[in-house]
Amino acid sequence: MTTTTVQDEQPQPEAEGAESRAALPTLRRWLEATRDALLIPALALLTALAIGGLVIVFSSPDTLDAWSGFFSHPGETLSESWQLVWDSYYALYDTSLGSWPAFSRTLVEATPLAFTGLSVALAFRAGLFNIGAAGQLVIGATCAGWVGFTWHLPSAIHIPLAVAAGFVGGALWGSIAGVLKARTGAHEVITTIMLNYVAYYLLDYALRSDAFLRPGRNDPISKPVLESARLPDFTIGDLTLHLGLFMALAAAWLVWWLFGRSTIGFRLRAVGANPNAARYAGMGVGATYVLAMVLAGGLAGLAGTTNILGRESFSLTGGYYRELGFDGIAVALLGRANPIGVLAAALLFGIMRSGSTGMQAQTSTPVDIIVVIQALIIAFVAAPDLVRAIYRVRARREAEPAFTTSWGA
Amino acid sequence: MKVELRGITKRWPGVVAADGVDLSVESGEVHALLGENGAGKTNLMNILFGLHPPDEGEMFLDGEPFQPRSPADSIRAGIGMVHQHFKLVPVFTVAENVMLGVEPTGFLGRLDRQRGRQRVAELSEHYGLAVTPGATVEDLSVGVQQRVEILKALYREARCLILDEPTAVLTPREIDELMRIIRELAEAGRSVIFISHKLREVLSIADRITVLRRGRVVGETTPAEADAQKLASMMVGRDVQLVVDKTPAEPGPPVLDVAGLVVADDRGHRVVDGVDLDVRAGEILAIAGVQGNGQTELIEALTGLRGPISGSVQLDGTDVTGASPDHLFEAGLAHVPEDRQRDGLIGSFTVAANMVLNQIDSPPFSRGFRVNRPAIQEHAEQLVDDFDVRTPSVQATVSGLSGGNQQKVIVAREFFHARRLLILSQPTRGLDVGSIQYIHRQVVAKRDEGVAVLLNSSELDEVLALADRIAVIYRGRIVGVLDRTDANSERLGLLMAGAVEEAAEVAPVEGEEEEVVVT
Repeated sequence: MTTTTVQDEQPQPEAEGAESRAALPTLRRWLEATRDALLIPALALLTALAIGGLVIVFSSPDTLDAWSGFFSHPGETLSESWQLVWDSYYALYDTSLGSWPAFSRTLVEATPLAFTGLSVALAFRAGLFNIGAAGQLVIGATCAGWVGFTWHLPSAIHIPLAVAAGFVGGALWGSIAGVLKARTGAHEVITTIMLNYVAYYLLDYALRSDAFLRPGRNDPISKPVLESARLPDFTIGDLTLHLGLFMALAAAWLVWWLFGRSTIGFRLRAVGANPNAARYAGMGVGATYVLAMVLAGGLAGLAGTTNILGRESFSLTGGYYRELGFDGIAVALLGRANPIGVLAAALLFGIMRSGSTGMQAQTSTPVDIIVVIQALIIAFVAAPDLVRAIYRVRARREAEPAFTTSWGA
Repeated sequence: MKVELRGITKRWPGVVAADGVDLSVESGEVHALLGENGAGKTNLMNILFGLHPPDEGEMFLDGEPFQPRSPADSIRAGIGMVHQHFKLVPVFTVAENVMLGVEPTGFLGRLDRQRGRQRVAELSEHYGLAVTPGATVEDLSVGVQQRVEILKALYREARCLILDEPTAVLTPREIDELMRIIRELAEAGRSVIFISHKLREVLSIADRITVLRRGRVVGETTPAEADAQKLASMMVGRDVQLVVDKTPAEPGPPVLDVAGLVVADDRGHRVVDGVDLDVRAGEILAIAGVQGNGQTELIEALTGLRGPISGSVQLDGTDVTGASPDHLFEAGLAHVPEDRQRDGLIGSFTVAANMVLNQIDSPPFSRGFRVNRPAIQEHAEQLVDDFDVRTPSVQATVSGLSGGNQQKVIVAREFFHARRLLILSQPTRGLDVGSIQYIHRQVVAKRDEGVAVLLNSSELDEVLALADRIAVIYRGRIVGVLDRTDANSERLGLLMAGAVEEAAEVAPVEGEEEEVVVT
């Protein structure tokens, strides 16, 4: 038997594939990442609008009538359907973005969504699925509202105090789930869902007490927040912005800074990405969970705060805006748990919320279509492979964990 | 059965896993396929087993062209594969597992257990496998489970048996047993393809050896013509120093002092049952033992990850029993964990971030809450240089690196701050020869700096290469502490298997362990 030895070239580094991928210039890598981050949500939106269009056509009695005569005059049927979809979407656009006052309303809708979206995104980066933004929002609004209509103080003190009360209320509410998880291992999905109900009924209970109930009313509505605690408006021409919007922008920046530049964010991300390795590295995993839930709860609390202190009516009611908490999950998902993405997603959802009533008024397309479209967007974002298959987009081999698949484990 | 592969080529995106591979295995031959991790051994066998079609090349069985489209084709043609991870149903009996998929049936498809069981017993008898057909698989030791896998292949009339890294999970004694079985199979005219990266085993069992590197055959030889040194060089592609260069230890005062340590596992069993140990400055103490004898829990207790039930741990004379990991870190302890991907690294983080995972709160890496990114970058670049981590940049995510380089990231991080005590758990598991050699040299260098090193390894070769003293752990107790000069693999193997109690494996009896004093 013979012995043959082929002399090989210089030993090469292993994992050549990984190397050439990562060795791309930073800018190109960044551009690719951005494109990838935008591509799927954009395609998801497009697909959702297309399917939403079909739903619009088939939910209108008039167009359905027209479709029964499709074979006698197909052209007319199609153009009538197209017209309806176009009119609906145009009305949606017109009443949300078509004028400065409309845009102002959109921003008012988007502001709390930005906060709840940030709340869910922050918790997610730390490996937690915060379903409790709704309850934290309600508690935050309750605390801020109570400070706002109970105490009589000059604005310069009253506003910061009310805002702080809202943040602290939400943070405390969030921390309950964090402590339960750290101490007993109770899953935050379960505890935050349950705490939502506790929060709703706490508000209902409070609204029956003299401390909250508006004098002379029997239905559950609180006293209005005093002028001195209301968030100031800034008016530029026809555009009206309240302070809450700037607070949301600041919060987004702060979350970005926290994750990108601070040791706290490093720890949150480490625990979120691999709690075992974080523990081996000497990080307090339980304490980090509590911290994440405190911050997430505080952000959701601010959603309620800016709403109660900055939005017409200035009063708490039964069932107060709890849906904003759940929409926050969708916003975080669409924004890929990235602060800038969350702001963009919040704006998109704000547009839908503020344009939907206008759409119904002008074209009699029901408001519920918007819910369908929102749900479709989320479904498509959650199933990126489906979108890729529809549009024949090739997947980039990415190391980062997919947002959707890591949830609920 | 004679198996022939000619010019087999298989390309995966970005990798050529097999590049014109020729391989011929004669009947009755034990043919070793040797190569580092990622050399393409398993991939080649998966092609032969019908899991992936080759892009180019031909295969012949006994001279007949063979083009399997699925494992079923290969099994029908007489090829059997024993995978690294067993594919057994734990709650089924041996006979049921063996029959699964090819059950003998009687009238109207009635399962003929009796016939199946009888055949299994015959086969077991014939090849000296010593497996009871009626035993439930989950009750069997790993070595016996492996024999069940071999039985499965034999039951399907396999004439060529592929064993993928079969010794990775076995104790030294089980390895000897396996070697005997392989010999008997070959003598009965079956061909055996033995995949391994362990030189010693390959040299002891193979008739012929084919060495693969980067998907290519770089040489074919026989144990008579080659030695370990030569095989290692062929595998790696350059000269390799197999023996770790080290001078006798010059032990200083004890750094770690463990007395009467008792630790329970997650289910509350006392898996560390009164361990006494001391590790002195400037020496390497190895804990040798078969996996699952309490090593994991012992290390967890020493590194602050698991609270002990009783006993004490002293570091430099200070009591640190039950201290937290960050406290121990401050006291100068560094730890390379057993499962690097689970516990040692955050895969989605960059190399740079992983390098400071446990130091992010200390200067210069942060000031207050603010992370100092330039300092982290600089530190990481320095360590990447010092420890020869092959990475495109320190900003690359760590999950994209090869196993050896991932381990080097951990080693770099931990060795950098190991001032007093360095605890290493399976530091080279699954790594290629080049990386192992490198890490071993670094360990010795740390020892020579006067650091106390505690090495937990289930590789006997590694223990013998590195240790100055060896403590053998068996069922949660240290059953003997040997000087390296008094130790050899037979002696250690005996102690690891429970020494005097030959019968222990068959019928475990509680409280039967005795301290074996080896002088």
